[in-house]
Amino acid sequence: MIELKNLCAGYGGRDVVHGVSLSFPPGRVAALLGPNGCGKSTLLRAVLGLSPKSGGEVLMDGVPLEALSTRERALKAAYLAQSRTVPNITARKMVLHGRFPHLSYPRRYRKEDDEAVDRALDWADARDIAHRPMGELSGGQRQKIYLAMALAQDAPAILMDEPTAFLDVGHQLEVMAVARRLAQEGRAVVMVLHDLPLALRGADDAALLSGGKLVIRGTTEEVYASGHLDRVFGVALRRMETDGGWQYYYG
Amino acid sequence: MKSWPTSSIRRGNAPLLAALCALVALAALLSMCLGSVSVAPGEILPALLNEPRGAAERIVRYARLPRTCACLLAGSALAVSGAVIQSILSNPLAAPNIIGVSSGAGLGAALCGALAPTVGAAVPMASFAGALLGVLLVLFVAEKTGASKLTLVLAGAAVSGMFSAAIDAVITFVPDALNGYSDFRIGGVANLSMERITPAFWVIFAAMVLIFSLTGELDVLMLGADTAQSLGLRVRPLRLVLLTLAAALAGAAVSFSGLLGFIGLIVPHIMRRLLGEDSRPLLAGCALGGAFLLTLCDLLARLLFAPYELPVGIVLSLAGGPFFIWLLLRQRGGRVHD
Repeated sequence: MIELKNLCAGYGGRDVVHGVSLSFPPGRVAALLGPNGCGKSTLLRAVLGLSPKSGGEVLMDGVPLEALSTRERALKAAYLAQSRTVPNITARKMVLHGRFPHLSYPRRYRKEDDEAVDRALDWADARDIAHRPMGELSGGQRQKIYLAMALAQDAPAILMDEPTAFLDVGHQLEVMAVARRLAQEGRAVVMVLHDLPLALRGADDAALLSGGKLVIRGTTEEVYASGHLDRVFGVALRRMETDGGWQYYYG
Repeated sequence: MKSWPTSSIRRGNAPLLAALCALVALAALLSMCLGSVSVAPGEILPALLNEPRGAAERIVRYARLPRTCACLLAGSALAVSGAVIQSILSNPLAAPNIIGVSSGAGLGAALCGALAPTVGAAVPMASFAGALLGVLLVLFVAEKTGASKLTLVLAGAAVSGMFSAAIDAVITFVPDALNGYSDFRIGGVANLSMERITPAFWVIFAAMVLIFSLTGELDVLMLGADTAQSLGLRVRPLRLVLLTLAAALAGAAVSFSGLLGFIGLIVPHIMRRLLGEDSRPLLAGCALGGAFLLTLCDLLARLLFAPYELPVGIVLSLAGGPFFIWLLLRQRGGRVHD
């Protein structure tokens, strides 16, 4: 499990995240919510050790982040970055890169790596595009491959920075469905999301950030009921019960 | 890296690489045979194996052999160096001669010639040191600016300009520092001896072995720094190691062939299209393609205006300059900037 204790982080001596305490337990999908520039991405990057923290603690299975090597961190948490390069290689090769932390030098892929890749491709529903070059894929297909790469990493936690950005609604829902299945399998899933209705419907827990501070955390139900979402985003978020569960909309 | 076309990743790269091998062998054979005196292919091997007797055998042994070896070595070293630098900086415009690595190497060679003219083996080392300085300056700019593609190229042009001025300054004080200064500026492989090439050969050999042992890491590094690190790669040390190796390649090549332009730009670009960006086949393709292109250009330089010879650097630049401009035009509008 990943725990944040009073985490402060930022860039160039200026803190963007101020004293956030959170935990991401296995088996649950957590949504990180908040307006642009509120520190969500910085928070994720600091949790993974990609950008330095200036205070507080990050614990991975009880071990402080600093005590873990880069590779050990990779075995505990996978990351889906916001900016994604598209190298001119096949999709399958791309997913195979997710096995990198499991390999020791000289990086020979073993049978179990191929099996992990097949599993990841199935999870992401991307078997049929695996043989194609990345450059030929659409945005949604590329996202599936990136997702599959993070899944092939086989880490108990997976942190995604805006995994649904630039995707059409169908692909957004697919990403959420994959997240749900991963949580059911016992992994901790953390997603930075901008689409509140999507987040409230798809996630179990939510944490709302504003100005780098944690406003509220809890189940999505609790966070919705608190009314803080309306205040922080300046909207009137409402919901209606349907046969398919709660449907959220802006009033 | 979104700018690269992706239509032609082959299922297997083996046939293409084999074809490239054949092309390199053919070009090398022609390079041994053709020139001011034509030698039949059948006479090459005896000339290399036995003590040379006639004029033709001496030409093969003491002029064509070092020249051909120089082409193969410098071509492959510069192309692989360019490919590695481009992958690490995710910038298809970053080639050794464009971002100041070659001119840094030139400065090292010039200083070495001025200060320790008798120590032949020191030249590749000094060139390497100069190239490394160039690479580190560019890496520094890249990390400070977030490596926007044009910023990097502009910074490289500035670094390159400074180094060139420093080379000129050294030459002003010690005119003999680089033997055949204008040849060095243009880049050429004529009038070399095997003794001159040998130290550079070992540097290039060692750097190639190390680079090819790190292709798995390079593949992951190309996914971007964040993704690479989240996959367990120690990004900064690896970047430094690979850029140092790329500098060693470029430095060693420059130490005997001078400031050959564009080969580190054209060859990787073509190979990325043909072979895709999987590092191992890509770098193998670059090594072969670079060797082939330089040998071919040198043949043209020898034959086009026979009995006059052009330095190969002129032929390369006449082909490479337009290619580079075409690349820039294709990328206008900043669409490929990260």
